[in-house]
Amino acid sequence: MPTQKTIAATGNTVVAEAMRQCAPDVMAAYPITPQTTIVEEFAAFVAKGRVHTEYITVESEHSAMSACVGASAAGARVMTATSSQGLALMWEELHIASGMRLPIVMANANRALSAPINIHCDHSDIMGARDTGWVTLFAETAQEAYDNTIMSIRIAEHPDVLLPTMSCLDGFITTHSIDRVQVMDDESVAAFVGEYTPANPLLDLENPVTHGSFAGLGGPFFEFKKAQREAIERSRKVIDEVGAEFAELSGRPFGKIETWGMEDADVAIVVIGSTAGNVRHVARGLRDQGIKAGVVKVRCFRPFPFAEIVEALLGVQAVAVLDRAESFGAEGGPLFLEVRSALYDSEERMPVINYIYGLGGSDVKLELIESVYKDLSDVAAGVEAPAGLVYLGSR
Amino acid sequence: MKKWDISQINEWKTDDFPLGAVIPQSGNSCDYATGGWRSDRPERNDDKCTQCLMCWIMCPDSAINVADEKVTTFNLKHCKGCGICAKVCPVDAIDMVPEGCDLPEVK
Repeated sequence: MPTQKTIAATGNTVVAEAMRQCAPDVMAAYPITPQTTIVEEFAAFVAKGRVHTEYITVESEHSAMSACVGASAAGARVMTATSSQGLALMWEELHIASGMRLPIVMANANRALSAPINIHCDHSDIMGARDTGWVTLFAETAQEAYDNTIMSIRIAEHPDVLLPTMSCLDGFITTHSIDRVQVMDDESVAAFVGEYTPANPLLDLENPVTHGSFAGLGGPFFEFKKAQREAIERSRKVIDEVGAEFAELSGRPFGKIETWGMEDADVAIVVIGSTAGNVRHVARGLRDQGIKAGVVKVRCFRPFPFAEIVEALLGVQAVAVLDRAESFGAEGGPLFLEVRSALYDSEERMPVINYIYGLGGSDVKLELIESVYKDLSDVAAGVEAPAGLVYLGSR
Repeated sequence: MKKWDISQINEWKTDDFPLGAVIPQSGNSCDYATGGWRSDRPERNDDKCTQCLMCWIMCPDSAINVADEKVTTFNLKHCKGCGICAKVCPVDAIDMVPEGCDLPEVK
């Protein structure tokens, strides 16, 4: 069993620590708030000789992901980190990384997108990238950010998957707050992630290959996209297996979704990221008042765990989905669309209400979460559900 | 090493294609008949040609066939019809002729 020590650290500090322990061959680094301290602390590890990584300082995030694509095609284990506008600037390379089946691991500090200018947490950046073909994990806490980062390497590099993987943590709330985190010893992490053997490295001079080829003009582009779909479907099993193995090692359970109180819940909130802790806190209080409140936290967004969501929600009388991102003009936020779609084929179709909350770091007070549960209790008692989505706590 | 065989590529299923559209061998660009992109075809007037080999030097696709240090024919399987050979010819011995119904078989 690994030796674990408990430290007080920010989410970014432990993500940098996890990356050091995974020992990437190459890291591309470009600063952006609130991710910067990840690559900054990693740079210190490189400078002190605590990790032997080729650390490339690039001139933009577009270049950062381009460098990652090149290095990964060359056969390196590659990592980077970004946020918000940086992730947006990477957009074309995100598709290239997944299309070329390069197991790059990236941390994303979830932050709003301009305009207006804002540096605080919401999920607009990562939800905008949800169809880029990356496996996407979300952390509630610094601990989960640390754990997800280590698991991401194993998921991405698994021969059945070979897809880039993103490990997301909430900007400032998780990236910059000091949290209690258990950190494993270097040897245990190294043994868990193992050595990376690339499938088609450009640097294998005995077996020259071409990366980035053309498949247009009636070529098999369609088949390559189908192969990507099959790979991300296979990742479901791999994520469960890697999560179970990591749980065994660390003593910390992992699930694509994690539930609280769902065994007998009448009303439930589905949520992603740091707000899940607040929701659990409110649910616990409401249980004391006799309201059977439950929580479903989504920790893996791509592939979306629709079967697990349905299983968790069966028997609930009313559901609220909390979205920290907009999908302007859609029927609701990205998580709502997934959850309600998952329920379409289920035995029961309970009312599902969509709340948009916390955009640009707007405050998510406990009373607001409590009001959601109260709404749900009303709907469960027969009151008509609000039509359309609700901007939670808006003026 | 056995040559990567793509002769049946139109019959391949999704799983038959290499991971991430990698081409798993080198030296196979000669199998790629880029001549199909051409709209104008070079034609050489042997009476005018001085065999200076300027066209052979400048052709970006190595599509000028030479034997015994003399230009013989154009490799129309790979000539994209860019017209550089005609442009650089010092004695105007090469004309670019529009491809018509008599498009030569490039396979």
